[in-house]
Amino acid sequence: MSVHPLVKKIEDSECRTAKGQEPLPEFRAGDTVRVHVRIVDGEKERIQAYEGVVIAMGGSGNRRAFTVRKVSYGVGVERIFPFHSPRVAQVEVLRRGKVRRAKLHYLRNLKGKAARIKELRDFN
Amino acid sequence: MSKMILGRKLGMTQIFSAEGKRVGVTVVQVGPMKVLAKKSAHGDDKYAAVKVGFEEAVRQEKDGSVRFRGVNKPEVGVFTSAGIENPMRVVAEFRCTETELDNYTVGQTLDHTLFTEGEFVDAVGISKGKGFMGVMKAWHFKGFKGSHGAHETKRGPGSIGAHTFPARVFKGKKMAGHHSNKRVTMQNLRVIRVIAEDNLYLILGSIPGGVNGLIRIQPAVKKAGAIFLKTGALTK
Repeated sequence: MSVHPLVKKIEDSECRTAKGQEPLPEFRAGDTVRVHVRIVDGEKERIQAYEGVVIAMGGSGNRRAFTVRKVSYGVGVERIFPFHSPRVAQVEVLRRGKVRRAKLHYLRNLKGKAARIKELRDFN
Repeated sequence: MSKMILGRKLGMTQIFSAEGKRVGVTVVQVGPMKVLAKKSAHGDDKYAAVKVGFEEAVRQEKDGSVRFRGVNKPEVGVFTSAGIENPMRVVAEFRCTETELDNYTVGQTLDHTLFTEGEFVDAVGISKGKGFMGVMKAWHFKGFKGSHGAHETKRGPGSIGAHTFPARVFKGKKMAGHHSNKRVTMQNLRVIRVIAEDNLYLILGSIPGGVNGLIRIQPAVKKAGAIFLKTGALTK
């Protein structure tokens, strides 16, 4: 069933650019990113960086989201960020990965050297 | 204050709350409604209520006579006596106190300004019909084991009563049958955003019924007059 035009209008107005937030760069699964997350700490608001590999992108429109995985002190951590969330202040793309699929859930079963992703080289 | 607004459910979506959390909301297009009549406890009706109309009926002209789709002639009279030119398809009323009747005038337009952001409301709709349902789906009976010698009955009701006494099945015994497609009220929902431009309410959570269903929004009976505006308020 199709979405009502007025509902679509609300969804469009919930997106980053429509709300005046900083647009995010293009990235895809396999890329290493640093996500700057706004955190409310008591009264104050500060920005915390979370760095890892994008292993999945999902959803579309205002529901778009991406999953970032990292290994912290030997424990795998995955966070799902809504693409249009006001809490995601900025995303830096640190490294482009060379991967052949859209979802990298297989990385969960790998560790150490096996869990590395080759860098995408651009030979223009 | 007693009030009520009718609307159509347009669907659900998600928005970001003030804390940046994703919340699921139902989009309801409300009003405008017209006040058709006021009923007084001192009059013939013996109770106080405000009668309203919603959604203008389609005007049809045929062989020189004018008709309004979905409204018959006696019903049209209700509108003419209220001084409203175009009859409306949906007529409803809401109870109020005798003194509150003064807040409304016949012919007045009621729109989205009736409710404000943060207000607690009850939403009434007709739930999606599920047809003829067995006891497991309709009443959450447990059913029987899939193995261990069970046969023929895996989703049946089991025993429906005792034998010689009382020698009958009690009234109201939960059995299979028609399920849903009836009036359901969701209580203590919150209007978290009012979009005046398109007459929309964004209501936190789900509301009974499918898209285009008629929705009745009224103040929450269990949270009379409460407005959610504390820290971490979900209003804009």
